[in-house]
Amino acid sequence: MARFAVLVFPGTNCEGDVHHAIETVTGEPAKLVWHKEGSLDGFDAAVVPGGFAHGDYLRAGGLARFSPVMEPLIRMAESGRAVVGICNGFQILQEAGLLPGAMLRNESLSYVCRDVRLRVEADSSPLTCGLEPGTTLRMPVGHAEGNFRADDDILEALEADEQVIFRYCDDGGEASDAANPNGSRNNIAGVRNARGNVAALMPHPDRAYEEALGGVDGCRLFESLHRFTES
Amino acid sequence: MSGPATLEAALASGLSTEEFRQIGALLGRPPNPTELGMFSAMWSEHCSYKSSRRHLARFPTESPRVIEGPGENAGAVDIGHGLAAVFKVESHNHPTFIEPFQGAATGVGGILRDIFTMGARPVALMNSLRFGPLSVPKNRALFTGAVAGIANYGNSMGIPTVGGEVFFEDCYSLNPLVNAFALGIAPADRIFRARAEAPGSPIWCVGSKTGRDGIHGASMASAAFDEEAEAKRPTVQVGDPFLEKLLMEACLELMRGDALIAVQDMGAAGLTCSTSEVASRGGAGVEIDLDRVAQRETGMNAYEIMLSESQERMLLVVRSGREAEVTRIFDKWDLDAAPIGTVSGDGLLRVRHQGRLAAEVPCRALTDDAPAFDRPAARPSWWPSPEVTPADLPEPSDWDAVIRELAGSPELASRRFVYEQYDHMVRSDTVVRPGGDAGVVRIKGKEFGIAMTLDGNGRYTARDPRRGGALAVAEACRNLAAVGATPVGATNCLNFGNPERPEIMWEFTEAIAGMTEALEALAVPITGGNVSFYNETEGANIFPTPVVGVVGVLEDATGPIPQHFAAAGDLLFLAGPTGGDALGASAFLKEHHGRTDGRPPKPDLDAEVRLGAFLRAAGATGLAASARDLSEGGLAAAAIESLFAPGGSRLGAELQVECPDRLEGTLFGEGPARALLSVRPGDAEALAGLAAREGVPLAAVGSVGGAALRIRVNGSPAVSLDLEGLADTFRNSLGRMALA
Repeated sequence: MARFAVLVFPGTNCEGDVHHAIETVTGEPAKLVWHKEGSLDGFDAAVVPGGFAHGDYLRAGGLARFSPVMEPLIRMAESGRAVVGICNGFQILQEAGLLPGAMLRNESLSYVCRDVRLRVEADSSPLTCGLEPGTTLRMPVGHAEGNFRADDDILEALEADEQVIFRYCDDGGEASDAANPNGSRNNIAGVRNARGNVAALMPHPDRAYEEALGGVDGCRLFESLHRFTES
Repeated sequence: MSGPATLEAALASGLSTEEFRQIGALLGRPPNPTELGMFSAMWSEHCSYKSSRRHLARFPTESPRVIEGPGENAGAVDIGHGLAAVFKVESHNHPTFIEPFQGAATGVGGILRDIFTMGARPVALMNSLRFGPLSVPKNRALFTGAVAGIANYGNSMGIPTVGGEVFFEDCYSLNPLVNAFALGIAPADRIFRARAEAPGSPIWCVGSKTGRDGIHGASMASAAFDEEAEAKRPTVQVGDPFLEKLLMEACLELMRGDALIAVQDMGAAGLTCSTSEVASRGGAGVEIDLDRVAQRETGMNAYEIMLSESQERMLLVVRSGREAEVTRIFDKWDLDAAPIGTVSGDGLLRVRHQGRLAAEVPCRALTDDAPAFDRPAARPSWWPSPEVTPADLPEPSDWDAVIRELAGSPELASRRFVYEQYDHMVRSDTVVRPGGDAGVVRIKGKEFGIAMTLDGNGRYTARDPRRGGALAVAEACRNLAAVGATPVGATNCLNFGNPERPEIMWEFTEAIAGMTEALEALAVPITGGNVSFYNETEGANIFPTPVVGVVGVLEDATGPIPQHFAAAGDLLFLAGPTGGDALGASAFLKEHHGRTDGRPPKPDLDAEVRLGAFLRAAGATGLAASARDLSEGGLAAAAIESLFAPGGSRLGAELQVECPDRLEGTLFGEGPARALLSVRPGDAEALAGLAAREGVPLAAVGSVGGAALRIRVNGSPAVSLDLEGLADTFRNSLGRMALA
């Protein structure tokens, strides 16, 4: 039985990358799960990959939460198993109420695809449990709506509770404006839920898992996810 | 059928008196208005290639690797390991001028349908763009709008845009060029062809509903523009990349089985073109009932349904009895799919609407019988362009300023502003990203990769079309060699002015002659392409702009030659013939002196063949730590491009050149068949040995390292620019100009 479910909505386009990355990095089987499925029984973890689910109509992630697979996904999150989002998957988990905040259009108003540097802020999530806080990682972003927003009080609570797991930083590890590709508040690139089993980030570890792609730092996130499911 | 159409109606739809007479002769009666509309679209320049067909026949189109040459939706070449690369480039110039975002976006949508129609999964996109100078606000709007449209479509489809080019000249102000390229991969023995066979087989229309958008887009793309061009907005289609993504997945899923006989995408001239082409290629006929075509609007007449260019539609010829598979798969993807007719054996395209016969035309009359002209060509009196040498130019005094100016110029500045808006990493197969000489994608589970590049230089072709055509092919092949790849096939998009003008036809035939010489010398077959004539607005023609897309195989995808300097202490070598200091029609002349005159350099095809072999060997043996071809901006531009890697790492360099006379030609000359390499010091001797064996002259020109770009001339310092400032100028200038 595959241990990792990789959800596929109409318009998802990173399912192959995530599937390949998980199997390459963890050596465990992953399975693509179509959005019309009503069950995620038997999976230890679910990943919502990037793309344009339902064409990003209404707004990014706005329609995906009505897909049948979201019901078992929410139950999975409630049961404490790992639920992870990447890029559009982050937006979908926000829209489904599994993660805090919302995404605005990038400050540049344009799609941005380039390498960014991330600083690990907390090891209390399925994506970071194998990583030392303060570690910096390089991987590509590719999005038009990654400008993380939350009200001041929510943001304060997120910071106090160490729910911010990744921040954009420069080569020296500083969370500077210049290092932020989208204008997100507090340079936030990734967050987790209060319980610590649902997490997401905008950058793509699924595009940085082999030297040929220009970097392997994404492997560390899949290794963490693997470790989380073992514990 | 309704009554006969008049000659006036024919003339108004872009047909000539003679063509109207021919249609009557082919039918044995005058056409009705619907039939006239069908002929007008199919006999348009855009669909029929009537001014270009004879000339295109000169291209070499054969090699042991070619699976599908010109004539199908896209070309296909065998890339080994049981796989085929399916690729093509196509123009969407006219729609982009009318509405840049949708015009450019639907160009991407159209070329992608051409690829998955062949049964290939698209894995890479590129695009070649031309606009007027960014100092004009309208040009900034066209440029940023077209880039955003391309990004929107390609990104949503989940296909990486791995390369391309963009240039700016006055002549494109009222006539921008958008040429979109796509490449897909298919099993070599599972290429789908668009040939309707087996009479009685059902014909299905799948994908989007048919609306009134884009009616007569093909005719619009075959006419020169006047001041009322912007009133033609309703002839531009509106794209829906989400729908196309679903359509692509559904078609590819269906094509994995054997329920289909043929697939044809609906692009220009919509149902008319797809039905008549699929039938005439298979020697069959087609009978369709327009009442069964899913429609987006009410009250559409036969003319509108037959000529609608609504996007994201496909025509399927299904094997009898296998209809349930089509329904099952299209239901899964929530797409419309309905049978609209059958293949017939009588060679006629028979169209019924509301119980009546709306049109009845021999399919071949629309396709094979379209007129083909041998339009007069005449060499213009100004030819040949006089040479430009440094003696004709004022000598710069501040070389730092000149280098800085060129590094931030529209011609040579980094295209980061453009390619960072394109998702170039999705599919996690991109091993050489945009910003290098060629894009490279690997194929998961295989060792090899596919390299690709798009090149053209309108300034060269304007001053000497034969040289310009040859140099475009040569540069494209050189770019592939600079990543270590071997060219295996080419596609082309020929953007020219009004073919009814003899000097334009001369440019066209000369450019084809030059391209042919280079393709033959470099042993690269053309597998397809597209011609865009009538790039003329208010009487002004664009520079003749042939754009060449060349695809190559890289045997070891983990080891493309790096495109940026690798380590301090590495040595720099200039490979290729000496005397490459020609400045005619160069980037330096344009950006520093504001001149586009002179004669482009003479192609040296033998030297290109030798350089290509040398670069591939230097890549395969690991001797090349980095390589860049020399093209626009010459040695100086190649050095600047090599400084700034996409990950942010940057290494300085010191160029050391010997120059007895003026410096311009040495730094900025655009002589062909040359490349700049960096090499670990311990490998320099081996590289020299390799160059000698391959017959390529090699000159030491400095080293990598330091925090600046320095140039020493005859041992004395001439240029010193700190890396930080130069990086900002090179990387950010284009964005600043575009968003001014």
